[in-house]
Amino acid sequence: MAIVVERPKLTLAEKFYLPSIIAGLAITWKHLKRAIFNKGIVTMQYPEEKWDANLPEWYRGAPTLVTDEHGREKCVSCQLCEFICPPRAITIKPGEIPENDKWRKVEKRPQEFDIDMARCIYCGLCEEVCPEEAIFLRKDYSITGLNRAEMVHDKETLYKLGGVKSGLTFKWNELK
Amino acid sequence: MDTALILHFLSTPWVFLLWTTFLKSFIFLNLTIIVVSVTVFAERKVSAFIQDRTGPNRVGLPLTLLGAKKDPFLWGLGQMVADPIKLLTKENFVPGGVDKLYFWLAPKLVMIPPILVLAVLPFGSSLFGVEMTIANLNIGVLYIFAIASLSVYGITLAGWASNSKFPFLGGIRSSSQMISYELSLGLSIIPVFMICGSLNLNEIIDWQVKNGWLVSPWWPKGFSIHDLLHPAAILHSFVAGVSLQRILLWIPLMISFVIFLVSIFAETNRLPFDLPEAEQELVGGYHTEYASMNFALFFLGEYAAMFAGSGAIVSLFLGGWSCPLIPDGSQGWFWGLVNIGVFFVKVSLMLLFMIWVRWTLPRFRYDQLMKLGWLGFFPVALFNIFLTALILAFVRN
Ligand code: SF4
Ligand code: SF4
Repeated sequence: MAIVVERPKLTLAEKFYLPSIIAGLAITWKHLKRAIFNKGIVTMQYPEEKWDANLPEWYRGAPTLVTDEHGREKCVSCQLCEFICPPRAITIKPGEIPENDKWRKVEKRPQEFDIDMARCIYCGLCEEVCPEEAIFLRKDYSITGLNRAEMVHDKETLYKLGGVKSGLTFKWNELK
Repeated sequence: MDTALILHFLSTPWVFLLWTTFLKSFIFLNLTIIVVSVTVFAERKVSAFIQDRTGPNRVGLPLTLLGAKKDPFLWGLGQMVADPIKLLTKENFVPGGVDKLYFWLAPKLVMIPPILVLAVLPFGSSLFGVEMTIANLNIGVLYIFAIASLSVYGITLAGWASNSKFPFLGGIRSSSQMISYELSLGLSIIPVFMICGSLNLNEIIDWQVKNGWLVSPWWPKGFSIHDLLHPAAILHSFVAGVSLQRILLWIPLMISFVIFLVSIFAETNRLPFDLPEAEQELVGGYHTEYASMNFALFFLGEYAAMFAGSGAIVSLFLGGWSCPLIPDGSQGWFWGLVNIGVFFVKVSLMLLFMIWVRWTLPRFRYDQLMKLGWLGFFPVALFNIFLTALILAFVRN
């Protein structure tokens, strides 16, 4: 059924704007008066006050690399994340795991793993694509640096930010 | 040469005129720049308060850079200095494909007219017998109109020279807005001249001192501090101030005042009439392509225009430097200074009002603005002139 919305007929006072302008001025004046005495301020003084405790579970902060509970780097440097990253923030240099290593059968792990945080758009595609569940977007959001070089997170920083993530896939463990 | 000779030289009429004028211009110009930066700060602070925010509250004096223990907390007042410094030190980027000459010329053309307008504003009565107007022109108000409308050239040129569509639209809007408002702006204050009988701002203010401000033209006649001691004298001067003619004249004067006020908003490109720079539609309008000091000149021009506009409103309708019970500068230099203070207080209140309105009202649509100008204010202002003439002709007292 078609609904016809009636256009309200404006009274003379409404057509003159002036009464509603004065009403509007009264409203803003009320806010002005309140805010001058620091009451009713809705904004947060950022560096001093933070909203960190209220970040949702699914918050997408900086991408980080994680190790599993055995201390193994989960990344196998398949470079899928490097390929999918829309702004090409990730640069990986794959390396081979030496013969005598406990995790030799995994074959590869990253030699270098850089994420340029000046480029990253926090899209989460790297986390999505990773077959090894090795890269996660954590809750760090204030990534700062004084120059471009400082904005690049290398492997060490990434593991430090990521930490250990346990209880995920165990496909590289010994058969029980 | 001895001092007596120099003093004598300095007080020969034309030399005296020359150096006092230079001094006045210098002081007033610097005051204007201070007023502009304070206004910008006030604008940011008031807008924040109106929107339930805190506004700039960080910048203080950076004494820690000089080795002090702690920066004094100044409620963000340092922002007034920090903003100009930032604008001065930024890279002055000129995009490719602009018309270089006009691109550089435009900001100056926007900034100069409002500052020229300030020349005729009486910002005080007199100090040591020197009248506090830089140029006491007999055609003061006409001069204001002639000069103030020039700044539209700067805006249009900026829009044209930027070689970019949004600034161009801003420039075009600005000129059509000017055409729709300039007329009612001029016509609206003709009643003022008919009543005061002069185009000279100083004489208009003198009239207001004697007869009350034009927004309430029944001020007690010759009211002074001494009268306060005699209630009968107060009563008498009130009765003397009120007459049928005055009461009737109040109607056209209020109409003039409202039209003039609204037109000044349009003239200074302030919201609700800031169509040339409508951020949401035109990405900043005519100054989109400008950076650094070129942009700062636009900024300075806009706020100086606000200052000049408020000064015009205050001088024409709100009694200029006069305030009841306060004598003028002929009573001593102290009162001269007080008069200057009164002028600046009035202008500041006017500026605050402009800021307040800006953060209250939404922007008018383009056609609404034209309609308001041509079909609303223009006929009303014309009618207003006839009304005033009739009252002046037929109601004698
Ligand atoms: S983080 Fe994941 S997707 Fe990226 S290289 Fe390592 S294993 Fe592959
Ligand atoms: S979050 Fe997106 S942009 Fe950032 S590194 Fe991962 S894929 Fe690249």
